[in-house]
Amino acid sequence: MTTAAQRPETNAALGKEQLLRMYRRMYSIRQFEEHANDLYLRALMPGLTHLYEGEEAVAVGICEALRPDDYITSTHRGHGHCLAKGAKPDRMFAELLGKEAGYCRGKGGSMHIADPATGNLGANAIVGGSAGIATGAAFSAKKLGNGRICVCFFGEGALGQGVLYEVMNMAQLWKLPVIYACENNMYNEYTHYSETTSGDILSRPAAFGLPAESVDGQDVRAVHAAASRFVERARAGAGPAFLLCNTYRYRGHHVGDINREYYRAKQEEQRWSSERDPINILGDWLIQQKLADSAQFERIQAEVKAEMNAAVEFAIAAPYPTVDEAEQDVYA
Amino acid sequence: MPETAVQTTVRELTFGEAIREAIAEEMRRDARVCIIGEDVAEAGTPFKVLSGLVEEFGKQRVIDTPISEPGFTGIGVGAAMTGLRPVVDIMFGDFLTLVMDQMVNQAAKIHYMSGGTWKVPMVFRATMGATRRSAAQHSQSLHAWPSHIPGLKVVLPSTPYDAKGLLKTAIRDDNPVVFFEDKMMYRLKGPVPSEEYTIPFGVADIKRAGTDITLVATSSMVQVAFGAAKLLEEIGISAEIVDPRTMWPLDEKTLIESAKKTSRVVVIDEGYHRYGVTAEIASVIAEGAFYNLDGPVKRIGAMHVPIPFSPPLEDATVPSEQQVFAAARELCGKA
Ligand SMILES: Cc1ncc(C[n+]2csc(CCOP(=O)(O)OP(=O)(O)O)c2C)c(N)n1
Repeated sequence: MTTAAQRPETNAALGKEQLLRMYRRMYSIRQFEEHANDLYLRALMPGLTHLYEGEEAVAVGICEALRPDDYITSTHRGHGHCLAKGAKPDRMFAELLGKEAGYCRGKGGSMHIADPATGNLGANAIVGGSAGIATGAAFSAKKLGNGRICVCFFGEGALGQGVLYEVMNMAQLWKLPVIYACENNMYNEYTHYSETTSGDILSRPAAFGLPAESVDGQDVRAVHAAASRFVERARAGAGPAFLLCNTYRYRGHHVGDINREYYRAKQEEQRWSSERDPINILGDWLIQQKLADSAQFERIQAEVKAEMNAAVEFAIAAPYPTVDEAEQDVYA
Repeated sequence: MPETAVQTTVRELTFGEAIREAIAEEMRRDARVCIIGEDVAEAGTPFKVLSGLVEEFGKQRVIDTPISEPGFTGIGVGAAMTGLRPVVDIMFGDFLTLVMDQMVNQAAKIHYMSGGTWKVPMVFRATMGATRRSAAQHSQSLHAWPSHIPGLKVVLPSTPYDAKGLLKTAIRDDNPVVFFEDKMMYRLKGPVPSEEYTIPFGVADIKRAGTDITLVATSSMVQVAFGAAKLLEEIGISAEIVDPRTMWPLDEKTLIESAKKTSRVVVIDEGYHRYGVTAEIASVIAEGAFYNLDGPVKRIGAMHVPIPFSPPLEDATVPSEQQVFAAARELCGKA
């Protein structure tokens, strides 16, 4: 894990407004996930969902470095990426509940939210399943010359998938504008990553010649700084890069994963949430720098809570699709 | 259940427990049997089917892998060729797409290509089945795919009893066997004798005797067929339910005999209707019992769409009791 001492100094370019926006985004993701969990517990959400709480700084730090028309690909743990890229919580909740008003008309659910308007090529329920898609988006951006880049989010579990290495090789050969963002929350489902991952993670992309860095994924400023460098580089035509974000998921692998002691200790969970919380880390720093005060945070929090409550109500009240919808959209 | 002539102690086990017991017994019996897959050890799989096995057999035989399906399946193939009998765990049957080369081009063909010199005694355990609200990449029933490939045997148990007996046979088989478990059946309870037994492949089971119509059903569709049979009984139609249990080898004889007896057949399977298992079974029956049939063999399978997430949509894509009832009633001229 990257320690506080290794954290790079803030990028001077980050203005107060941007910092507060990142605070708001992270808080929004946190609130969204609290509601998602609550919807599950109240048996209002069909199936299971994988929550992003604890990892907010990764999605927000990276997406803040992107243009609105840049692409992302996401994972089964995708709500954070989706919100960070600008999706609306009401339509996201509607998708989680399988409603017609959802981003995918209820056909995708939590693990498949996609939104062309914000450049979101889609969440993916196959581990590593989006590595090809992300690299393909970078391939077309280069061929079409539209200046876009693509960020491929994936968990460290996807390091086990061979396709990742195939596409990293081609991305480097062809200097494609793609950033592989590895979210190492330390667990592949119920197994510690050290039991599934040999050698040094960064040496893998490095073997293909990709610049590869590790960053404290709980420090949104550090994530943003590293991502910005890679984004700039990719946009300038210098090719792909690999960003390893060290982070932690606060909750279970999915909402039904309640008894976790057999694979990780309660103290470990408590340590991360009390000492390494990404929202607190940014909040404390903003106060220390006198860039914000607690009244400001309270105002943001109240606004976000109101927005999320309204979004949940919208989703609950929204109708299901009619049954004939099942046969729509199989072909374009 | 003809295989259990000496059935003294019968307990109720869940489908999941029956599978665990089959593997545990085979691991005790044969030190070459091992389990390879994601989260199979302490976690006992996300469905908890393998809970307790790592405690009994240790991490040398219950092996957690990285999320590398083609890699660990390939290791399974090589290990099977050279002295082990791996049971490879494909957590969701949807991930068969990832292991297709290892399964189809390697495992299935090695015995034949080598002129019968190399054997691949391994089991692929995979899940199947929709209505768990898991959406398009975690809900498919892809058992028609391996059934299409010479060299593979394909098993679809529908009860705890069958699951245990067939899995033991699968582990003892000298060929690659693909074993499909419906996720929605893991908690289904049924009688399982405590005495040792196995069930041979290629032997269909008549789950319910009847005279007016044959319902051929696989896996969880056997439950659907039972529901439909009850509804049919209320309107005076006696339905026979035949479960082929193995897609390959396929017990053509029992299927044809039942069709000849009842003269009407509905085939129900959760895989896709198009180019699916129902098509093969229907054609076997049409060829074998043509002159005894009173009408065309009806097929009911999953709607030809990716499985949607939204509950009302998902429910509409899989065969239902009502659908089977309506099709059977129509065939019997009582619509
Ligand atoms: C190809 C594939 N294999 C297995 C799974 C089952 N599965 C879903 S999430 C997961 C663990 C993923 O771990 P990681 O990539 O680190 O992401 P995290 O859940 O930690 O965010 C597994 C094994 C899957 N969805 N796809």
